[in-house]
Amino acid sequence: MDPLGIVAYGLLFPGLVFLIGYALFFEFVDRKLAARFQSRVGPPLLQPFADLVKLLSKEDVDTEGSDATAIRAILILAFAAVATAFLYVPVLGPSPLAFQGDLVVVLYLFTLPTILLFLLGWLSRNVFGTIGGTRALTQLFIYEVPLFLVLLGPAIAAQSWSLSGIAEAQRASGWAVVAQPIGFLVALIGLQAKLERAPFDLPEADTELVAGPWTELTGRKLAMMRLTMDLALVVGSGLVAALFLGGPSVPWVVEPAWLAAAAGFAAFLGKTLGILVVLATIRSAMGRIRMDQLDAFGWTVLTGAGILQIGLVLVLGGGGGG
Amino acid sequence: MAEIVVPIGPQHPALKEPVNFRVIADGETIVRLELDISYNHRGIEKAAETRDFVHAVPLLERICGICSHSHTTAFVQGIEEAMRVRVPPRARYIRTAVAELERLHSHLLWLGVAAHEIGFNTLFMWTWRDREVVQDLLEAISGNRVNYGVNEVGGVRVDVPERVVARAMKDLSFLGRRIERYGTLVREEPTTLVRFRGVGRLTPDAALALGTVGPTARASGVPYDVRKDDPYAAYDDIPFRVVTQTAGDVFARTLVRIGEMAESVGIVRRSLLDLPGGPLKVTSPRVAPRAEILSRYEAPRGELVHFIRTNNTDKVERLDVRTPTLANWTSVVSSLRGHPLADLPVVVAAIDPCLSCTSRIAIARPDGTGTTSMTWDELRDHGKRYYRATEGL
Repeated sequence: MDPLGIVAYGLLFPGLVFLIGYALFFEFVDRKLAARFQSRVGPPLLQPFADLVKLLSKEDVDTEGSDATAIRAILILAFAAVATAFLYVPVLGPSPLAFQGDLVVVLYLFTLPTILLFLLGWLSRNVFGTIGGTRALTQLFIYEVPLFLVLLGPAIAAQSWSLSGIAEAQRASGWAVVAQPIGFLVALIGLQAKLERAPFDLPEADTELVAGPWTELTGRKLAMMRLTMDLALVVGSGLVAALFLGGPSVPWVVEPAWLAAAAGFAAFLGKTLGILVVLATIRSAMGRIRMDQLDAFGWTVLTGAGILQIGLVLVLGGGGGG
Repeated sequence: MAEIVVPIGPQHPALKEPVNFRVIADGETIVRLELDISYNHRGIEKAAETRDFVHAVPLLERICGICSHSHTTAFVQGIEEAMRVRVPPRARYIRTAVAELERLHSHLLWLGVAAHEIGFNTLFMWTWRDREVVQDLLEAISGNRVNYGVNEVGGVRVDVPERVVARAMKDLSFLGRRIERYGTLVREEPTTLVRFRGVGRLTPDAALALGTVGPTARASGVPYDVRKDDPYAAYDDIPFRVVTQTAGDVFARTLVRIGEMAESVGIVRRSLLDLPGGPLKVTSPRVAPRAEILSRYEAPRGELVHFIRTNNTDKVERLDVRTPTLANWTSVVSSLRGHPLADLPVVVAAIDPCLSCTSRIAIARPDGTGTTSMTWDELRDHGKRYYRATEGL
């Protein structure tokens, strides 16, 4: 791809501009689904966008004695990390930026927002922020191990460390979810914990901690953080879709190239939305568990299942039919 | 980790009313709890003493938005006892039906709040939607959804015609089905189980020693219910079961309230179907003879007490309201020690606190350095000055 094409890919489609638009649509679907489950009407299509614009226009308040520059930097860094991670997630077909090892980069970039959220809570000089931040970090140590373990399963099966490569490999071998169903379930649960959604919304438990690390965020800062979490929802769904559901790859050969891209795009949309429906259902169907309960569940059930899945992949030589 | 102080309230998402906990926590474990309930003194008791019985009833109805019928019933029953007035049976049955509908909507509200405290917002939305059915029914009976204005000294002010009875039967069978559903839901849903079971446990001995009342006491195996132990209105004519549990935790309190809702549906149905004929009220005298009455009533949250002293006039000389929340507060403070911080909202919610009915007084220092309480003598002096200035007493 020529340099101009790369820039367009990164900034316009399916890069930043598309990502923000799709993330807001994701938030709409998420909120609408939750509302319908709860027999409410739910927001109109453009509500997340209107919320974003409203928050951006609000007064921006810094807490007394907090490091305002550091907090701004954290927000930009978190946003940038998630947006960058999306560049390696295959959307139309293999990402033009793909390289061997981009899976590791994406996982690293995807972990950053959680650590930054902890810093945000710590720096906000608010007791709710501090406790919430500590919880975010504690939670990270619980779900990160099983989540990363099972995300490596498809990589081992496909003999590739590139997200696009793993997705492409499933074109021939079939979806990894067929051979690694346990891994897929653990990945969905881990993703829910990663995104701090019920029943794993401990860091921002509103009835205990007001909003946890988010407590002191207002105006533009709150808009930025909310947008980052929406982006993370898309990136997370795209990641699981690429690893377990073959991402944009479709099982048959499509010609010409533009039609293949369109088919890939449709597959990406369908698969990520499908994952969102599952995540939204989990969120609506449960309450919030406590840290000690999450600890027990994470280290016994989740990690146990993750190790079992990886063991199966190694012993059976890859799964995915390969 | 060092001890930290977490302020919960007086404005906090978990608490819709003004109460302040200073939680001293070691990391996430609650070490100690300091409770301050004095944010909202409204002087209703004193105001009731300056009004005659007719005018005091609507005032007392506004002590609490949820237990509005409870307060007026406790008050008018006390005055009727002082006047030795016998209320006609139809009025007693209508009072009972409205009281149990009030219990239904209060417990549905509570179930939603408890679910919200553990982040289970779907259950919260569902129960509050079903609560609308109860409130619409109350509106059909009385014309009002919150302060029904049903009671007056000597009887009731509204009749329940056949048409409303028929509608009520339909609504009640719907509610019965929903309540059954919630019963199975909290027994089977994993997050409600892990968050409610074994949390905020109160032993039967502690429940008695701390003087708890209502569902809080009954969940600890104390079968105390004014409706059974000192029947009023139509409760001695209508069969019902006092629901108790033995575990004493939040889960037991949930089961007690769900069980009570099922009983309430039965009581409302019975009282409306067996509605006796006859007048709605008897003419009562204007004044009450000198008497001291302790009027007890089983409000949704527990035993509500109105102490009434009359003195041959048409006003009460002294009215003292002891709300069930005040009786239950101490149990919260003792049952939270050693629990994780995450359990605080749900344990507080488990007694179904209703604060504005409970609050006394706090003085905010003008320079913003904190609040103090008034001593009893200061309060008396303040009261004397106030009434001398405003009422010319």
